[in-house]
Amino acid sequence: MSTTARPADALRADDTTRREPASPGLKKVGGVAGWIDDRTGAAKGVGYLMKKVFPDHWSFMLGEIAMYSMIVCMLTGVFLTLWFDPTQGEVVYEGSYVPLQGVEMSRAYASTLDISFDVKGGLLIRQIHHWSALLFIVALSVHMLRVFFTGAFRKPREINWVIGCLLSMLALIEGFAGYSLPDDLLSGTGLRAAQGFMLSAPVIGSYLSYALFGGGFPGEDIIPRLYSLHILLLPGILIALFTAHIVLVAVQKHTQYPGPGRTNDNVVGFPVMPVYAAKAGGFFFIVFGGIALISSLVQINAVWVHGPYMPNATTAGAQPDWYMLFPDGALRLLPGWLEHTTFGFTWAWPVIIGSLLVIPLFYAGMIAYPFIEAWVTGDQREHHLLDRPRNRPVRTGLGVAAFTLWAVLTFASSNDIMAIKFDLSINDITNALRVLTFVGPLIAFWATRRICLSLQRHDRETVLHGRESGMIVRGPDGDFHEVHEPLDPYERWTLVQHEAHEPLQLEADEVDENGVARKGGAKRKLRARLSEFYYGGAVHPVTPAELEAAHHDGHEHEAIESANRADESEVDPVRSVGAERH
Amino acid sequence: MNDHTPQGEHDSTPVPLNQGHVQGTGGIPERFENPGLPPHVHRASDTDEQAAKRAERTIAGLFGLSMLGTVLFLVAYFMVDVDEMTFVPGIGDMSLSNLLLGLGLALALLGIGLGAVQWAKTLMPDEEVVEMRHPMRSSDEAREGFVQTILDGGESSQLTRRPLIKATLGGALGLFSLPLLVQLAGSLGPLPRNDLSVTFWNGEKGEDGTWTAMQRRLHLDPEDRPIKASDVTIGSVFHVLPEGLQSELHGAEKLNEITKASVLVMRLNPDEFQDTPQGRKARDWGYQGIVAYSKVCTHVGCPVGLYEQTTHHLLCPCHQSTFDVTNDCEVIFGPAGRPLPQLKIGVDAQGYLIAEQSFQEPVGPSFWERES
Ligand code: HEM
Ligand code: FES
Repeated sequence: MSTTARPADALRADDTTRREPASPGLKKVGGVAGWIDDRTGAAKGVGYLMKKVFPDHWSFMLGEIAMYSMIVCMLTGVFLTLWFDPTQGEVVYEGSYVPLQGVEMSRAYASTLDISFDVKGGLLIRQIHHWSALLFIVALSVHMLRVFFTGAFRKPREINWVIGCLLSMLALIEGFAGYSLPDDLLSGTGLRAAQGFMLSAPVIGSYLSYALFGGGFPGEDIIPRLYSLHILLLPGILIALFTAHIVLVAVQKHTQYPGPGRTNDNVVGFPVMPVYAAKAGGFFFIVFGGIALISSLVQINAVWVHGPYMPNATTAGAQPDWYMLFPDGALRLLPGWLEHTTFGFTWAWPVIIGSLLVIPLFYAGMIAYPFIEAWVTGDQREHHLLDRPRNRPVRTGLGVAAFTLWAVLTFASSNDIMAIKFDLSINDITNALRVLTFVGPLIAFWATRRICLSLQRHDRETVLHGRESGMIVRGPDGDFHEVHEPLDPYERWTLVQHEAHEPLQLEADEVDENGVARKGGAKRKLRARLSEFYYGGAVHPVTPAELEAAHHDGHEHEAIESANRADESEVDPVRSVGAERH
Repeated sequence: MNDHTPQGEHDSTPVPLNQGHVQGTGGIPERFENPGLPPHVHRASDTDEQAAKRAERTIAGLFGLSMLGTVLFLVAYFMVDVDEMTFVPGIGDMSLSNLLLGLGLALALLGIGLGAVQWAKTLMPDEEVVEMRHPMRSSDEAREGFVQTILDGGESSQLTRRPLIKATLGGALGLFSLPLLVQLAGSLGPLPRNDLSVTFWNGEKGEDGTWTAMQRRLHLDPEDRPIKASDVTIGSVFHVLPEGLQSELHGAEKLNEITKASVLVMRLNPDEFQDTPQGRKARDWGYQGIVAYSKVCTHVGCPVGLYEQTTHHLLCPCHQSTFDVTNDCEVIFGPAGRPLPQLKIGVDAQGYLIAEQSFQEPVGPSFWERES
């Protein structure tokens, strides 16, 4: 024991003196941040996040637009809850919108009118809410197309693809629930149709409808119930899924487009602090400002025009919001004779397919796609470099085909408007669209695949000859030809970096020694056939040897042209291997 | 074989199924090398202090514009009444308050956003940074450790050794959500019973939910007065509700009954009905060519609103189902699966139209047990 006395507050002998902050900078930020870090140790993690690198491309902003418009939507939604009364009790309207004064209506509708005419700035908030909801769904849909066509859904990002699909589907439901709240004629008509959809469900239809509506249609329960879905349950799930989505993007790091210096093992871009933070933060304000601008200029959902919902009031040309047009179009195209009665029970197929199956089937197809493609191509690797859509002709074709189907159905929901606009018979238009529903996607697939292949060939040509310079020179023999500028290695790389795909082939030993077919033969055959469908006839990137040959040849034109002819394939750039040829 | 598929010696070997994406050996071409990042090109503001200064001024100007926007919003909020209207060329009449508040807010937001992006583009570093990726999967040791921890957990809690606990725990976990589900499913709403099959035309609803038949007059909607047969001229359509519905019922009950009991009345020349079994029935259930049909579309329930006098077609505005009134409202086009149900009508002693009986089948959209 030491006998040296020391004052109680003095340092112990082995205490180090308090460390001074290392730099003046640390001192400046250090106060609050230091206080928090002392208690959470957050500096390390946050510091890491601030240094994270994000690649830059305009198409990566689509997801951002979706995120920001969702935030704007939720923010303005909270404002609306302060004045909106989600009940269906009857009141006589006495607000300042003259044409409806003295009319009986639900409190939901009356309070929506109040927000629009008696709450200062209320109309602006309503319009921002609705416009941001529309923009949210536009942005997430285009974002989804970007992810699909660039193959960003491949391993390891399948989970995020599935989350995205769920987000998109929930957004449709959330939007429909919101659209139903104001209880004007349009929203009530939409709800009436929704009740018809429920009724069509085999076995449980009427029970389902009476449960959700709290009795017969319309009752007094549906709007309060949709309200709690719209402002509590669905936003909760949306926020949870969205958070998971973003965390996964950070953990897996963003994909990048192929290009010089970019590999499957790196990310080339800008660090969060300061560049990305300024761009993304600034972009939030731009999106919000853009929505505010539209909301100040363009009227949306003028709920006062059609008056309150009455179950027997007709509306011509009534349409749901744009994202719900495709099931509506399907409902219009499905012919009534599909309805059947078996053993005294009714199968209302035109309604069951159009309302209960179309949306789930669309999403089921989308959710399944990454797993199907991975199985067919046998590709188990991680992919962080995006595909240029042309380099995946079959996938791109399938995507455009699915989009075409969606577009035909969406169009079909305006068959009445088209009939009036173009003075055609609605029956003819409907019949034409029925045919197009089946033929359109096939044509779209075929045409897209051809276009992709010819773009790929064009890429090959550019690599082999150089870029057309637009300059015409006269040759020594008096002939004219265009000067082709050679590509530099950086430009060339983007055109040759992709893989040469080969179809998977059935193995030689399909039959074992005893002459018995190996197990799962049918499945393997299907896989080989699908793989041939994906990769058979693929155009391969130019190889250095081919480029060399083209240069040596001198007559570059002829080099490429002959290579495309089947009989002169010394230089054989365009190659396809059919599994069945071996 | 595709036209672009030359046959030659340079075919590469297809990949066997079990090799997945590992490339085959023969003929896979040698590849180009990734040349690495292209040389960096400097911006004007990196090399020229003048340009940098200009960029700074632009950015500051945008932030200043944002503050102006905020001021505009505040002024509009306090100075402009909500009901003032204004005309904007190219767009039309609109609320002045909404216009100015929106423009102010938009300016306030866009100023910040554009300023920040401009700042990032001109003055912040534009040299790309490279970060390396690592495979997503954990190391083998980490994976094994994880599995081991789970196995150890099962072992040390004795779960694996005590099947009784395992079985009962499984059972309890499987069942505990039942109370919540039963509460939800059981309490959401009443059972439909016969509610989809009866309408206000059935007569008077008793306390116990049974109906005493009663021949109700056809009343105009919304005038709520009876209709003389002579008032119904050829070519006209009357929107009709049962007598008593509008005066006796209120609130949700009223809306529910309107939903089911709405009827359209039209008059045809009696010889315009087709000479088919349905056409004859339609005429018989009418009165001197006046017929009454449910207004509720048999597709998903919209009110059928459009009547073409010349063809005697009824058209539903929702998905364009078309019903032929001359042939008992059979569906001649569109997605509806069944004709509109007919209401049998006659006239009473005063010459007013009455319903001689209720609808003989459920009105509105199809449902599973509608035939039973
Ligand atoms: C991303 C999610 C959301 C979407 C897509 C969405 C969509 C919609 C739509 C289309 C309407 C009809 C608006 C109209 O024209 O009047 C609406 C109304 C409404 N929403 Fe949302 N909404 C979302 C989130 C929220 C949230 C989070 C809240 C509240 C916390 C909210 C509260 C409301 C209220 C109170 C109304 C009725 C007020 C009115 O119609 O004026 N919404 N919503
Ligand atoms: S509800 Fe009448 S056609 Fe769909």
